[in-house]
Amino acid sequence: MANYILRRLLYAIPIAIGVTVICFSLIYLGPSDPIAAVMPDEASAADVQRIREAYGFDKPVPVQYALWLMRAVQGDFGNSLQSNRPVLDELIPALQNTLRLAVFAAALSFAIAVVVGSVAAYSQGTWLDKTVTSFAITGVSVPHYWVAIMLVIVFAVELGWLPAMGMGTGSSRDWAWDAEHMKALILPVISLSLIPAGIITRTTRASVLEVLSHDYVETLRAKGLSEATVLRHVLKNASPTVLAVTGLQFGHLLGGSILIETVFVWPGTGFLLNESIFKRDLPVLQGTILVLAMFFVFVNLTVDIMQTWLDPRIKRD
Amino acid sequence: MAETMGLVQDVSATPSRVPPIVQVDDLHVRFVSKDATVYAVNGVSFTLDPGEVLCILGESGSGKSVTLRALMRLLPRKRAVINGRVIVDGHDILSLSTSALSRVRGEIVSMIFQEPMTALDPVYSIGEQITETVRRHEKIGRAAAEARALELLELVQIPSAKRRLKAFPHELSGGLRQRAMIAIALSCRPRVLLADEPTTALDATVQIQILLLLRQLQKELGMSVIFVTHDLGVAGEIADRITVMYGGRFVEEGPTTAVMRDPLHPYTRGLLASTVHGQMHRERLRTIEGSPPNMEMLPAACSFAPRCRYAVDRCLEGVPDLHRPFPNRSARCIRLEEIGSMT
Repeated sequence: MANYILRRLLYAIPIAIGVTVICFSLIYLGPSDPIAAVMPDEASAADVQRIREAYGFDKPVPVQYALWLMRAVQGDFGNSLQSNRPVLDELIPALQNTLRLAVFAAALSFAIAVVVGSVAAYSQGTWLDKTVTSFAITGVSVPHYWVAIMLVIVFAVELGWLPAMGMGTGSSRDWAWDAEHMKALILPVISLSLIPAGIITRTTRASVLEVLSHDYVETLRAKGLSEATVLRHVLKNASPTVLAVTGLQFGHLLGGSILIETVFVWPGTGFLLNESIFKRDLPVLQGTILVLAMFFVFVNLTVDIMQTWLDPRIKRD
Repeated sequence: MAETMGLVQDVSATPSRVPPIVQVDDLHVRFVSKDATVYAVNGVSFTLDPGEVLCILGESGSGKSVTLRALMRLLPRKRAVINGRVIVDGHDILSLSTSALSRVRGEIVSMIFQEPMTALDPVYSIGEQITETVRRHEKIGRAAAEARALELLELVQIPSAKRRLKAFPHELSGGLRQRAMIAIALSCRPRVLLADEPTTALDATVQIQILLLLRQLQKELGMSVIFVTHDLGVAGEIADRITVMYGGRFVEEGPTTAVMRDPLHPYTRGLLASTVHGQMHRERLRTIEGSPPNMEMLPAACSFAPRCRYAVDRCLEGVPDLHRPFPNRSARCIRLEEIGSMT
């Protein structure tokens, strides 16, 4: 087991390196020269050259990469071209804000999807199954920002129960676990849960159905186990697939939804990415993408390790 | 040989005194789906005595596995319609509530399956799969259940049993897996063991070991066993009594030696003629012409008639009754005597 985890960690290294290369290359993939973007149009060629040297853009590309990477691993992603503050200062609060949404949305969609998906599988072919499946498809296909706007109209504008936007009083850095802030979470979390809930429901339904078709379920019943115990066996067998999909969805949620965070004016990573793209703030963009990609790698690693713990056949190389 | 014959008949003559542990009356099972209805079992009746080993012999689709599953109502609830009466150790299986049924399963009657590869839950260890069964049926603690699990693995002769408790099914060979399956089935000392082709998926050498083990355990524990197989050799090895199934009906029944040596029904004759045995060197095997009946539309006639070389028009007039030409022997054929005198 320890061996397997170590091997998985080693596999993660080349992936991480690849991610840094891609993030670094963003500078050169962009449609315009980043220096030109920050310099006023009337700046002299000498001034542009001076800034170019100050930011190290005059050095060969591999050297630039090495220097950037060395700073990046120490948490120094440079300064925002826009605010001139360290990228990390912008990134950390945004990440925290998105994490609050992502954790709740992932938990909510996972909890609903596992129950509803299992019920659908157990009642395969009935109206219940068909209802669940059509809701799941609707959840995936309906534009979630539209649902978000509808939720705002109903619950914020018409009923006035919940705030329409923002994350409660205070600045984006003042979060507290009180009723007021929690209320602000509800609508964005529901909107964000739609797609993952739909996808995980369908995965759960399919995996549970697949497990139910196996001979060993008959053995479990032949042993006289209660249906609850049989269900426990079925879910454990279905869990590796469901977890893998949930992990991917959680990864997506961590990236923050540009659309949902825009609708709710939620200052998370999606919001930050959107802003830095429009303002050509490359250091912020690079740093954010790099950190999010690393999170993604980490989440997948965690899922992989959890799978070996749930299904002993996986670690057999 | 005459002596063994007598012995076998004596054994099967005892039932009149001891009440049977399994009694099946006019069992019918059909599978209903949107497109078709499959008549899998069409009026099966039999009894099984305590300590007796009955073998149900038949080809695929003859209804033998379905009959076996009906004995513990282990058929898909939505699709399978079961009629008739099944009494196991005094329990009326077909009218039990779900919870009462789950008490009977595993404790009074349990089953071992054909494919040890797929019949064990892959994500639980062998030990866990035994202990959960024990603890479901008996009020004992975890430690006691684990001790029982170890005992059971030793009972089914799994080497290094202690280590194997923690093993997962994929870590065991086919033979060991089937032994583990048997250990699970025996974990609550059932009175009746149902075995659905438990040796078919195994290598020939392992087959023999498993058969010998089953026979030994049956003797030691005094269980009744119903053994389903398509393999005549297996049936001859383990059974006290054989019943031959065709088209969802028992077409012949009798003590093993008698049926093997002197088959009555044309189908049983065909089966025996198409099997390899001792003296057959360089002799050509005979096959039964034609194919098994379509279970979706069984005629109200002898279902073997279309393939039977003794068939006459009368055979198509109705389902033949069971004829009993000798004590303890029966066959569902109207021309038993004529065929008997022909050969």
